Amino acid sequence: MKSDVKQETLALNGDEAVAYAVKQSDVDVVAAYPITPQTIMVEKFSEYVANGEVETEFVCTESEHSAMAASISASATGARAFTATASAGLALMHEMLFVASGCRTPVVMAVANRALSAPLNIHGDHSDTMAERDSGWVQIYVENAQEAYDSVIQAFRIAEHTSVLLPVLVGLDGFTLSHTLENVTALSDADVKEFIGERKLINVLTHEGKSVPFKLDPDNPMTMGPIALQNYYFEFKRQQEEGMKNALALIRQVHDEYAKLSGRSYGNGLVEKYQLDDAEIAVVCVGSTAGTMKTVVDELRAEGVKAGLLKLRTFRPFPVEEIQNALGKVHAVGIMDKSMSFGGNGGAVFHEVRHALYDLAERPLVVDYIYGLGGRDYNPKEFKKIFNELRQIAHSKRVHKLVNFTGLRE
Amino acid sequence: MATTQEWKITAKDIAEKPDILMPGHRACAGCGPAHALRLVMKAIRGPTIVTEATGCMEVVTSIYPYTSWAVPWLHTAFETSAANASGIEAALKVLKRKGKLKQEHVDVIAIAGDGGTFDIGFQALSGAVERGHDFLFVLYDNEAYMNTGIQRSGGTPMGAATTTTPAGSVMPGKLQHKKPIADIMVAHGMEYVASASPYYWKDLLQKVRRGLEVEGPAFLHLFAPCPRGWRTDPAKTINYSKLAVESCVFPVYEVVNGKYTLSTPSKLIALAPQKKKPVADYLKGQGRYRHLFAPQNKHMLDEIQRWTDERWAKLQQKVEQTA
Amino acid sequence: MSSKDKGWKEIAPAGVSPKSSIGFMTGDWKTYMPVRDLEKCTTCLMCVLYCPEGAVRWRPEMGKIEFDYSFCKGCGICANECPTKAITMKLPEKEDE
Ligand SMILES: Cc1ncc(C[n+]2csc(CCOP(=O)(O)OP(=O)(O)O)c2C)c(N)n1
Ligand code: SF4
Ligand code: SF4
Repeated sequence: MKSDVKQETLALNGDEAVAYAVKQSDVDVVAAYPITPQTIMVEKFSEYVANGEVETEFVCTESEHSAMAASISASATGARAFTATASAGLALMHEMLFVASGCRTPVVMAVANRALSAPLNIHGDHSDTMAERDSGWVQIYVENAQEAYDSVIQAFRIAEHTSVLLPVLVGLDGFTLSHTLENVTALSDADVKEFIGERKLINVLTHEGKSVPFKLDPDNPMTMGPIALQNYYFEFKRQQEEGMKNALALIRQVHDEYAKLSGRSYGNGLVEKYQLDDAEIAVVCVGSTAGTMKTVVDELRAEGVKAGLLKLRTFRPFPVEEIQNALGKVHAVGIMDKSMSFGGNGGAVFHEVRHALYDLAERPLVVDYIYGLGGRDYNPKEFKKIFNELRQIAHSKRVHKLVNFTGLRE
Repeated sequence: MATTQEWKITAKDIAEKPDILMPGHRACAGCGPAHALRLVMKAIRGPTIVTEATGCMEVVTSIYPYTSWAVPWLHTAFETSAANASGIEAALKVLKRKGKLKQEHVDVIAIAGDGGTFDIGFQALSGAVERGHDFLFVLYDNEAYMNTGIQRSGGTPMGAATTTTPAGSVMPGKLQHKKPIADIMVAHGMEYVASASPYYWKDLLQKVRRGLEVEGPAFLHLFAPCPRGWRTDPAKTINYSKLAVESCVFPVYEVVNGKYTLSTPSKLIALAPQKKKPVADYLKGQGRYRHLFAPQNKHMLDEIQRWTDERWAKLQQKVEQTA
Repeated sequence: MSSKDKGWKEIAPAGVSPKSSIGFMTGDWKTYMPVRDLEKCTTCLMCVLYCPEGAVRWRPEMGKIEFDYSFCKGCGICANECPTKAITMKLPEKEDE
């Protein structure tokens, strides 16, 4: 794909790429609290503030809980709000994540994915965000710093769209992406600003009987975040689900528009298919692992093995149809899970992908591979072994072990 | 302080102001917090946004589809009142800078009960004050978690029976004294900290106004009797707010840039100590203290009196020392 | 839940309240109601200031106060605080049987 606009190539790590995207996104309020491996994002952004490079009001809160509360309230006041965190910080925000989605405040958050305690571990896995998959946030996972940059910009468009009005989380793997320098091609400030546009507000009917923009405005008072009991709570939850449904189409649309502008695309924005058209065996993975996995698929293809890869970019809303279309014809599928659902017979990605395939008349055999917890390294050799197992499963049409641990000492 | 002129108010002025906290809320009959907040909202000086912590006042004023708030109002959680205020204020600031705010200025008021202030909301409050956001924090202190059924808080006074400090055969209600929240806020180096009690309505209204006029964080500690949680006669709510001041259980004062001043009702007692009522006058009649009047609990009454005297003496010292 | 409650497509998102509580009468909570002796009332307005409900209204144009019984919860604060004891709490007179 080609781009007609002027772009600049910068050497940035994932955190810096996020901070740079936020700088260009005309964000009004950033409220955040530092935690490894997200720290570079807040530090970098603080520099922008200190040097007058942004107009943003930066609120360096005393906790992530308050960071999320302040992001929600800033957003409720009509501002564009951003925050960033990881691991324990996200866990501390847990309560407020549901408030953000329930209040329909389109906050954008970057998460430098990291393991959860205990034992304490600062390295990358997906335990933090997978634990929040039911919090009503759109979840997008990226493969590299470039995609982190591109996705944060897209996230504002998605979150603030009046048909969605939901908070969006962009997950990038801790250290692997957050701290690794890459060449990142960036759009101009003006192009980003134009792409995102001003925040548009829906109109709501208030107790004064007026239809007014949805924000805390003394000229048009409204009550936000009230108590709703048995008679109404359910209806509000159903509305959120509609926002998620609309996000499914919108993420693709925003992705395509952005691709036209920048020349960069990530599958269709929801999933990215790699060598899947005639694949007999395939793996599904989330985040930076896709990069390694692509080289493994290439090697296998060179050997004549019909291997493929499905990169799950959008995890919420879950792209059921895309998954069915991509994997329906495959014989055996291995799911790469970088988090555990203790006692749940497999990880989150496994559960959901397998669930998505259930309705197909003909469906592949699906096995789970839990790997990389707490930043445990993995290598192409291990991944090749996984493909080998998948070949056996496809051939024998039998699964011996549904849930496997890869790279674990017995 | 930004105050240029004393806000002169009469009962008529206040009576003629519309209720910003509107009728039809579901607080219990005789609710002190509802009354106190109704007064607070009579003192606003212009465009205002209110944010409130989970608790009785949030619940009784916002049961969907009804709202009792005539100004923009936001609730997010129990511990977030001050954090919400931070975000609102930051948003207002930047929107103004960008020319996207219609109003010249918008006041931000954060409201919380004692649970949302002394306990779970304290970290957010301390952080927001340290960061210097321009907002008024209003603590309505009904001295327990009422919304969840009268459990103890860091603001519950010694001896009070709550559902988590019931008066039993070996424990005579809460064993600890109340946390000195106003002093703690003063220690933050805030420009304005004050305490007020609703019987002295004019004093209360003026303090709200002064708190709003401060350019930065201000803290107002409101005494707010809860007939349901205190097991008191609803008709006596205002009466107790007077007795608390007269017995020096809840002195009313202001701390402006670290300088303590007694407000008139308490100053009159300092000037004529014989007017100071025994704490028993205030405690008796409150169901939550009934057990203290049993002979075996006399030591508790004595301790409450001793502690009250000590705090009152210390307060007067601070007034002198900072004069 | 009642059938007159609105469906999810009809209500504003995020729980933005569509009604003011002025439409929610709390007056039927009370047992006793405040009754004022006009002769004793000096319109000092303490009842207006101390009522937690805003159920005592000052009518400057008429120079008098009025109870709004549709919100009064019968707490008795106004009667208790009235300096001239012009307000008494009474059981409402029974309607004709
Ligand atoms: C995180 C969290 N913990 C506990 C609760 C339950 N809860 C709701 S209100 C409340 C007590 C509120 O007490 P206070 O702040 O004193 O206000 P009051 O109800 O007395 O007016 C509690 C414990 C909650 N909502 N959120
Ligand atoms: S329990 Fe107490 S604070 Fe809560 S509404 Fe009733 S009287 Fe007011
Ligand atoms: S009885 Fe209570 S609620 Fe009724 S008017 Fe008097 S103070 Fe108000």
